[in-house]
Amino acid sequence: MNWILSTEEIQSGDRHRVGGKGYALSLLAKNGFKIPLTVCITSDAYQEYVVSTGLRERILLELHRKDFKEMRWEEIWDCATRIRNMFLSKPFPDDLSREIRTAIGGRFRDKSVAVRSSAPEEDDAQSSFAGLHESFINVAGVESILKHIRLVWSSLWSDAALLYRQEIGLDVEKSSMAVVVQETVTGDRSGVTFTQSPNDENQGVIESVYGLNQGLVDGNIEPDRWIMDRSRNTIVNHTPAERKYWMVPGPKGVRLAELPAEKSTHPPLNSQDVNFVFKTARKAEESFKMPQDVEWTFDKNSLVLLQSRPITTLRSDKPKDERGWYLSLHRSFDNLKALRRKIEDELVPGMIAVAESLGAIDPAGLADQDLAAEIKKRWEVNHKWTNIYWADFIPYAHGVRLFGQVYNDAVHPDDPYEFIDLLTNTDMASLERNNMLMDLAAIVRSDKNLAQALKQADDADLDAEFRSKMDEFIEKFGDLSCAVTGGRNCVLGTGPLFQLLLEMANHPAPTGSHRKNDRLSQLHQNFLDSVGEYQKAWAEELLELARSSYQMRDDDNIYLGRIEAQLLAAVQEAKRRLEDPSDHPASKILKQALEEVDFGTESPKSGPAAAATGDNLQARQLLGQPAGPGIAKGKARVIRKHSDLADFKYGEVLVCDAVDPNITFVVPLATAVVERRGGMLIHGAIIAREYGLPCITGIPDATSLIQTGDEITVDGYLGIVTVGDAEL
Amino acid sequence: MISNDQFRKRLAELFGSQNLATLATHTDGQPYASLVAFYAADDLKHIYFVTPKTTRKFANLNADSRVAVMVNSSTNQASDFHRAISVTAVGSAEEIEGSETEPVLKRYLIKHPHLEEFVRSPTCALVRISVKTYYMVKNFQNVMELHLKP
Repeated sequence: MNWILSTEEIQSGDRHRVGGKGYALSLLAKNGFKIPLTVCITSDAYQEYVVSTGLRERILLELHRKDFKEMRWEEIWDCATRIRNMFLSKPFPDDLSREIRTAIGGRFRDKSVAVRSSAPEEDDAQSSFAGLHESFINVAGVESILKHIRLVWSSLWSDAALLYRQEIGLDVEKSSMAVVVQETVTGDRSGVTFTQSPNDENQGVIESVYGLNQGLVDGNIEPDRWIMDRSRNTIVNHTPAERKYWMVPGPKGVRLAELPAEKSTHPPLNSQDVNFVFKTARKAEESFKMPQDVEWTFDKNSLVLLQSRPITTLRSDKPKDERGWYLSLHRSFDNLKALRRKIEDELVPGMIAVAESLGAIDPAGLADQDLAAEIKKRWEVNHKWTNIYWADFIPYAHGVRLFGQVYNDAVHPDDPYEFIDLLTNTDMASLERNNMLMDLAAIVRSDKNLAQALKQADDADLDAEFRSKMDEFIEKFGDLSCAVTGGRNCVLGTGPLFQLLLEMANHPAPTGSHRKNDRLSQLHQNFLDSVGEYQKAWAEELLELARSSYQMRDDDNIYLGRIEAQLLAAVQEAKRRLEDPSDHPASKILKQALEEVDFGTESPKSGPAAAATGDNLQARQLLGQPAGPGIAKGKARVIRKHSDLADFKYGEVLVCDAVDPNITFVVPLATAVVERRGGMLIHGAIIAREYGLPCITGIPDATSLIQTGDEITVDGYLGIVTVGDAEL
Repeated sequence: MISNDQFRKRLAELFGSQNLATLATHTDGQPYASLVAFYAADDLKHIYFVTPKTTRKFANLNADSRVAVMVNSSTNQASDFHRAISVTAVGSAEEIEGSETEPVLKRYLIKHPHLEEFVRSPTCALVRISVKTYYMVKNFQNVMELHLKP
């Protein structure tokens, strides 16, 4: 077994051991191209590590918690996060560590290197993993290189890589990873050459930037671009870039810096350079006998090839390839910062204003014709904001994930979700709503007459102070009737709110978050200390962004819910008129309006699966994702339709398909939360963490396998729901 | 969601693929586990095995017919944790004799032809377990139970 091979040692039979990237580099070296000093950590070393540390089976267990096809992207991200943490916290076995240290230390000493992925599955013509696995540049020192080798290994199990492998049907059990460790060449001009253009087979393309290649590869820096004629090796045209920034080596990794003014006036390559770069890449194409995508850099006017790989046909022309979408879910810090400004300064105030302006028009006061027009208008407004939600708010959630990854890389916590504790206790709209509810409930608890009035649903008997507080609540969050009586068919009225307040008043108030502030400040300090002095300011900024992203994860639905409520109010008014026999002429135009916005007929929601005759199949233990630590027991309240919420009792376990912030007002009554939809960062998990409740997410068929009234135990440490008592 | 039929199909596949089961009996409350070569009826209502009458397990089940059997597909590899399925059946055991035995033994020996001499010995008993409930564990911690119609 060869754990480490230099480019000279790599033989033709080693391709599966060193991966496409490592193999291509060895061929380039053998064919006389200049490449940086390079060694390969073979896939044998990876296998040795995962087998001897037990990680191999831990990874497979993680991936087999449930059918992979049933996992949502969020769950896959969670899986990837836990796996990444396993690699971070498991050191190398001694013999492997010794051998790699000797090989790396001897060759590179304290020089800066790039640590790049080179999966055997990567870079063959059938599939392209470009961008799915991680590479790190400007890594220095043996310890740091060792850590980054493990990080590259773990990226074999990144969410995007898992999704992609699933999509193209590769067997996860056979996945393996080699790593290329390569001396950093600090070129002052870099670029990528496609010896054949994806758009025109007679042409090639060169893209080039000042500084290191990273900015170009990540898409953060716009490159100068030349289209080349393949047969004549001549320039067809040149598209200059704005040339504002370049990537330069930072204290760790690289950093974006402003390009010095004297450089920005002329392109990084002159026409002689362009011709030389293209000719060299064409020679590589001849060596590999197929069009190549060559990455290169100029080190003091000497052209060094960093890697070469076949141009895959999958690049963008295959409509089924979702790789671009998987990658787009990961946003850069700068991208997220811009998104935050847009969301906080523009979108959220826009949503609030829209809901208010819609609310200013009372549907009851409109003539039929105007009501029909109002319904269409509200539908369009709601549709528009729903699209914005998908386009901007969903990607913004990546702020939490980015922080999680940075936190885990710096701190190496045992619990890969420790970082969430630093994000909670924010001023979420759903918590503000629940706090107002609890205040109202406290008044009811202390006032028997008031409770009696609520019981009799006697609005007139409410005292003025309570009345005004309740009105304030309703104005802000609505009377909850739509959530309780069923979104599309809701019946407005304070009945459900009264019932909820009475139930809350009958029981002690929840103690709320159990997190202690001193622990939080300790976590916070530990995080800042772990990232290192020069990154402190950036880390603070990232934490701040993550807090906003975390909060928005919940709040966006509340804001969107307010807009939808206005649509529902208009729809409700139309339905009322249609049902009123004295209002006959209304029917046609309103009916048409309702049908146009798809509120014509309601399809009944499916209930529990019909019990099979004879034998009785039941769930005993259901495995999901542990999303909130703790253990609790209680009667299940399964939410299959909105009105089930109205019956929610103190001490019950909330079991639902998907927790939406518009229904989390029952959470203060609940003893635990179980959700079919999976993920650590979904609403159910977020709100459960806020109340310190055990929570499990991602249980397929939770709402069918568990029945209301079942006695269930929720083990939020292991992610196991146990149904029924222990008797056989 | 897994249906009744799918559950039964998985049981039948597992029972077809495995020769041995672990039988649990007890004596005065002290549990006792033993390995038996089993055969499950197509309707899954009964599981059969053959044992010498001098064994502890036979004495135990004669004293208390309540038993459990476990069949699993583990292969003594780390991958068992995500791949293996384990089924526990709970029910009551009794020796069957006379004309009932022959058709069962015929099928039993198709599965375990090398036990011909053993099962024909007059000192062996054919034991039938009438299953009340099956518990199936997969994906490490997922448990479903099938309660058979009495």
